Amino acid sequence: MSPTPMKLLTVVAEAALERRLTADLAALGARGWTIVEAHGHGRHGDADGDMLGGGNIRMEVVAPPAVVDAVVTHLRDVYFEHWGMIVFTHDVDVVRSEKFKG
Amino acid sequence: MLSLAAENLLSPMTLAFVLGLVAALVRSDLKLPAEVQAALSLYLLLAIGLKGGVALSEADPSAVVLPVLATLVLGVTQPAWSYAILRRLGRFSRVDAAALAAHYGSVSAVTFIAAIAFLTAAGVPHEGFMPALVALLEVPAILVAMWLGRRGSTPPRDAEGGGGLWHELLAGKVTMALVGGLVIGLLTGKSGMAQVEPFFVDPFKGVLALFLLELGRMAGSRLRDLRSAGVFLILFGTVMPVAHAAVGIGLGYMAGLSAGGAYLFGVLAASASYIAAPAAVRMALPEANPGYYVTASLAITFPFNLTVGLPLYLMMAEALYT
Repeated sequence: MSPTPMKLLTVVAEAALERRLTADLAALGARGWTIVEAHGHGRHGDADGDMLGGGNIRMEVVAPPAVVDAVVTHLRDVYFEHWGMIVFTHDVDVVRSEKFKG
Repeated sequence: MLSLAAENLLSPMTLAFVLGLVAALVRSDLKLPAEVQAALSLYLLLAIGLKGGVALSEADPSAVVLPVLATLVLGVTQPAWSYAILRRLGRFSRVDAAALAAHYGSVSAVTFIAAIAFLTAAGVPHEGFMPALVALLEVPAILVAMWLGRRGSTPPRDAEGGGGLWHELLAGKVTMALVGGLVIGLLTGKSGMAQVEPFFVDPFKGVLALFLLELGRMAGSRLRDLRSAGVFLILFGTVMPVAHAAVGIGLGYMAGLSAGGAYLFGVLAASASYIAAPAAVRMALPEANPGYYVTASLAITFPFNLTVGLPLYLMMAEALYT
């Protein structure tokens, strides 16, 4: 079982977007993701979650490069203008690569 | 009457709110976890829904018809004139005016809950079915305001309309908990209430105090946004509730409510939503500035209503009824 190159996509976004982002990921071919609630500080000020949904989520997705590219393009086109969102990718080697392919 | 105002200011609930404000201003680490706060709001909404449902199960249907109609009238007219004022006098953009109008047309369940506590302390009776009207007023105003904001323009790609918006409005936690409580109360009546009374009735004011503490902290942490909100928004956030209360009390009077009922109806009209409306507006009008609508409803109008509004509106209602 040799490691296979894949991309890891990390998205830090407003928690209010969770339902829509997961729907977008599924539609664009991602097979799975992990979400944690997050708080921190950035250009939008402090994001310390309260019940108004002021908090953030951090989503991590491992997928083939083509899927990650499609997701990044989609996020940029749809959400960047009006939403607090940080997106970055890393090259990763995964074991059990069959988990990530469509 | 002044003693009533002082009693309101010095109630444990109001003082807990002030404590939260102070904690935020001195940057204390005093803070309830978001999950606890969400559980407290679920408790308050379910408790008030249950009580309203039980009252509804015993109410004469003919006494409810006119207040229901009056509620729908409020739900359509309040966002409309709020929008017009914000556009013409406040010079807000269409989406910002619509976002604010949604908040001022919709209702704050917690302001209403605090008003019931205040009314009970003052010994004024009221119709028990009033919480049903809270549930009814919540959604229409948000829809009217969104229609005003989007009329004749193409929404941006990140705006959620249709199914997602309806889901947010009807399956959101405020509506679900309040309507759910109403239905449970309606179905189980007094004997059902007796089973849960030690949990949902007796600790109610204590839970409200704890909830207001955290709300005070949230309002306090947004106080520094007041400067960017501007003088107009501060005026709007304090004058509009009084005008809406006057309209609400008048409508309640015409709908045949008692003085206590008309007072609560005035509070419904005066309050601005800060749970249901912000969530729906963020989804459907993402280009609107939350610095305006969250600051106005949470940091200006809510504290105003809690401290000055609640006793003032009771004076207004009693003046009309005597």
